[in-house]
Amino acid sequence: MVDDSALGWWPRWLVTACLGLVACDGPPDRAPSVGDVDLARGRQLVVEKGCAACHAFPDVRWPRGGLGPDLQAFGRQGLIAGQLPNQPGVLMQFIRNAPALVPGTAMPAIALSDQEARDVTAYLLQLKSR
Amino acid sequence: MLDPQGPLSNTVTTLAWVLIALMTAIFLLVCASMWVALYGSDTLRERLGGEKVVRWFGLIIPAGILFLLLAWGTTMVAGMTTLRGDEPRMRVAGNIYWWRVSYLDDAGREVAADANELHIPAGRPVVVEMVSEDVIHSFWVPKLGGKMDMIPGRVNRLKLHADRAGVYGGQCAEFCGGAHSLMGFVVVAHEAADWERWLAGRRAASAAAVPTSVPSTGDVDVQRGRRLFGDAGCAACHRIAGTPAQGLSGPDLTHVGSRLSLGAGILPNTRATLIGWIGDSQSIKPNNRMPSYRSLGADELRALAAYMESLR
Repeated sequence: MVDDSALGWWPRWLVTACLGLVACDGPPDRAPSVGDVDLARGRQLVVEKGCAACHAFPDVRWPRGGLGPDLQAFGRQGLIAGQLPNQPGVLMQFIRNAPALVPGTAMPAIALSDQEARDVTAYLLQLKSR
Repeated sequence: MLDPQGPLSNTVTTLAWVLIALMTAIFLLVCASMWVALYGSDTLRERLGGEKVVRWFGLIIPAGILFLLLAWGTTMVAGMTTLRGDEPRMRVAGNIYWWRVSYLDDAGREVAADANELHIPAGRPVVVEMVSEDVIHSFWVPKLGGKMDMIPGRVNRLKLHADRAGVYGGQCAEFCGGAHSLMGFVVVAHEAADWERWLAGRRAASAAAVPTSVPSTGDVDVQRGRRLFGDAGCAACHRIAGTPAQGLSGPDLTHVGSRLSLGAGILPNTRATLIGWIGDSQSIKPNNRMPSYRSLGADELRALAAYMESLR
């Protein structure tokens, strides 16, 4: 989205992810800097993959599942699942394999291609309603 | 309905287009008469207001058209419910808010049970007996056939006919309660030989005294989910052939893992949606009869979902 070179995003999110995991200096960078993304596709995937069966999203009318946390303002949230920094790289890993990052979560691993994971990540990070 | 995939729905589509064409013609005729009444010459207006016009266009022609349409429509649609007697028999029962599905033998005995998904052979008609176990529902798979009410205490019969193998969506078409619009359905049409094999497999699974659906994998979650299914009380409402679970008030779960949809045709059937449904089905389909199992822990939900997925 804000990318300039084709390969630029890759090391950037990796570094962001690692920094996010080891340090907590300063405000976390929550801008969706995950490369070329398609927000509409991200929203569509959230419905198709069944995310909405557990989570509520502002622009998904149905279903609005109540089992998982409400994600209507997820972009403003500091932590993922209450314990991981809410940053693009971490989020991208989390949505693909939540149990690996947060053992004991009810959220299962969800099969997403790299591009799909980027789209969903970008979609989630721009949720700022309320 | 406007995209028919079989001879029966084709009939409905033809009838619909004829009605639409006729309505358009009458609408244009009315517009023309109105124009004449407002701006026409005196002679034309006099003729339009005459008794002859009223007699013909107000009485004889409309009555004639309605009579012909009724006669034509009735003969046309008669084929949709006339049975030859050699069609495969199935039964679908409407429930708040899901569908019980039974496959019947020639004598009308149930040989396999399922829910929310009907498997039919392509290229030949099947006959589906429509019943209801609570209120009036209506069964409608627009691409494959007509619409048929499910009335408590009555058996209605409807034929379905798919030209080609494929997956076709259906919907309850009679308001039956708050979550009526969330009462969907899936029809899967197989090639004829495939379907025979498929049904034989289901019959065997249903008749087996030994547990057939017990997964042989060493998956810990699956084994745990299997125990939990009994402990959490799921077996009071759900049946899984070959296990102690024999509840009949909810959907049969013997093959739930192989279904395409979850929650009666409304959600993709994945690990994630299974977890969401078991843990909080009420937020997905309000007032359905299954309570939200909020008391189950995350690991228990995962185990149950894994077990459900393994039931194929």
